[in-house]
Amino acid sequence: MLNPDFVARCKQHRVILAVAFLLIFPLLMPFKAIAVNILIYGLYALGFNMLFGTLGLLSFGHAALFGGGAYACGLAMIRLGLPWWMGIVCAVVIGMALAAIIGAFAIRTRGIYFAMVTMALAQCVYFISDQWVSLTGGENGLRDVTLTKIDLGITTLNFVDPLTRYYVVAFFVAIALFVLSRILASPFGAAMEAVRENEARARACGYDVRATRYLAFILSGGFCGLAGALQALHLSIVPLETLAIANSGLVVMMSLLGGMGTFFGPFVGAGVFLLLENLVSLWTVHWQIFVGAAFVACVLFFPRGIWGTILLGRGR
Amino acid sequence: MDGITPDLLALQLFTGLALGAIYVLLALGMSLLFGMLTVVNFAHGAFYMLGAYAGILLLGFGVNFWFCLLFAPLLIGGIGMLSERFLIRHLYGRGIDYPLLLTFGLSYIMVETVRIFFGTQGLPFDTPDALQGASDIMIGYFPTYRLFVIGVAILVIAALWLFLERTPYGLIIRAGARDPQIVRILGIDVARVWLVVFGIGTGLAALAGLLAAPLQGASPEMGASILAESFVVTVVGGMGSLVGAVVAGLLVGVVVAMTSLFAPEMAQVAIFALMAIVLLIRPQGFFGRAGLMS
Repeated sequence: MLNPDFVARCKQHRVILAVAFLLIFPLLMPFKAIAVNILIYGLYALGFNMLFGTLGLLSFGHAALFGGGAYACGLAMIRLGLPWWMGIVCAVVIGMALAAIIGAFAIRTRGIYFAMVTMALAQCVYFISDQWVSLTGGENGLRDVTLTKIDLGITTLNFVDPLTRYYVVAFFVAIALFVLSRILASPFGAAMEAVRENEARARACGYDVRATRYLAFILSGGFCGLAGALQALHLSIVPLETLAIANSGLVVMMSLLGGMGTFFGPFVGAGVFLLLENLVSLWTVHWQIFVGAAFVACVLFFPRGIWGTILLGRGR
Repeated sequence: MDGITPDLLALQLFTGLALGAIYVLLALGMSLLFGMLTVVNFAHGAFYMLGAYAGILLLGFGVNFWFCLLFAPLLIGGIGMLSERFLIRHLYGRGIDYPLLLTFGLSYIMVETVRIFFGTQGLPFDTPDALQGASDIMIGYFPTYRLFVIGVAILVIAALWLFLERTPYGLIIRAGARDPQIVRILGIDVARVWLVVFGIGTGLAALAGLLAAPLQGASPEMGASILAESFVVTVVGGMGSLVGAVVAGLLVGVVVAMTSLFAPEMAQVAIFALMAIVLLIRPQGFFGRAGLMS
């Protein structure tokens, strides 16, 4: 049995543990590209889960935030000629700005309405990007978001090398993990949980429920925008499908699979999902049917997800 | 603007009503499911798509279009009832998000199954011979098939209204929506009522898909974008309100048709702008109960 003290200490330093894991992670994966994908989608799911897991708001429009970040990064680099790190900054800002706009409407609604309204507004972003060909490339997506070398002053990193690329992405993911962990541990994090657990009581205690939700939505947009930017750099293109409904649904599936409201659950979900997808698509192109079935089974039998079930099994 | 005559506007209005008729059928099903079962059906778009493919399947067996119109919704409604009975039923009382998530997963299975049997490419769907061509509707010539779509929608709305308001079974459904517990105490099997409601709701979605197929063809993905649009209709009309579904469906159809006349590239975005405005002014929608939204 694990020593309870040890477990408690692990919980306290979850970011350090996560970073240590991130360092050895690519060595455990069959190929490096999938490790990068897992990181990016894990971060995306983390940003989503901040809203659903911590606050209980189910958004079906997060593709707009993720895709918005990807487009922002690409556009900043191609159209404005900015360096790649400015592209990432732009992506975080645009992700938050889009979240502020979508949130302004969606936050007026609740529960299932929230899911419907966020989905509809994300679809609106999709169509705008589809029609605004001169800016976004329309259906063809944004091409040539190329980053080959990262100049650090003392040394130059070769971004084309898969392992280097992994550690660059992991660097940003580690920062995001740290920031998110701080947010969740802050009084604001406690306020979010209070709103989820008992809205009326949170309001009676003097918390501004709507402002809490709005701020959380904007912060979530920042994380998803960052994930989108990393995706754009990783793929060198931004396909229009990044903004599609399917991408919104994907992150819901990943979070649910991993475990809603747990810190590492979304990462576990993204990892299992992507590995499963790779495995099943080896012998059939119809992998989506298995994904759908796995998801239905998850909703019916494991609503806590993989990580949530593991935590529960350990009696916590 | 040159070339925009009152007649052209009036014709475009009719085009909008035909499009709106499809939205109405979808939104009626969706509102029915939400109003009675508090289930938000994320597979509604997939049932719509299945309706079109059920039509293709039946036509392939040599069934004529008129029987298709009857059998395709029955078939898909049956599939809807099976999914309610064996999957969704277990989630009642476990929070409103769960049925939503389950139906979302279900839509993946349905779309992929259709891809396996009918291929990933879209299929053409011919307008039935009797409904080809255009008819004179006083202000100009209008495609007969679109008139037919409007006609079917009117018939369905009337039938649904009569069923819910004028039959004992409709009375039970309405009572079950208001207070399932009391209905149960009166000795009525509420689970069976919900099963039937789910069948009707998904059947309506299938009918909408079948009617839309001659206008735009059938493809496995046809349900994905229409799902977001039917959400807009239900939000604008007021969730759970059948009158709202009809009014908002027609309004959204007309808005799309009119924007495609003046600014075609804005047509899709206009729908969502409309929703944003309604949310700002009247968050519960035209006919929604206040407080349900917040």
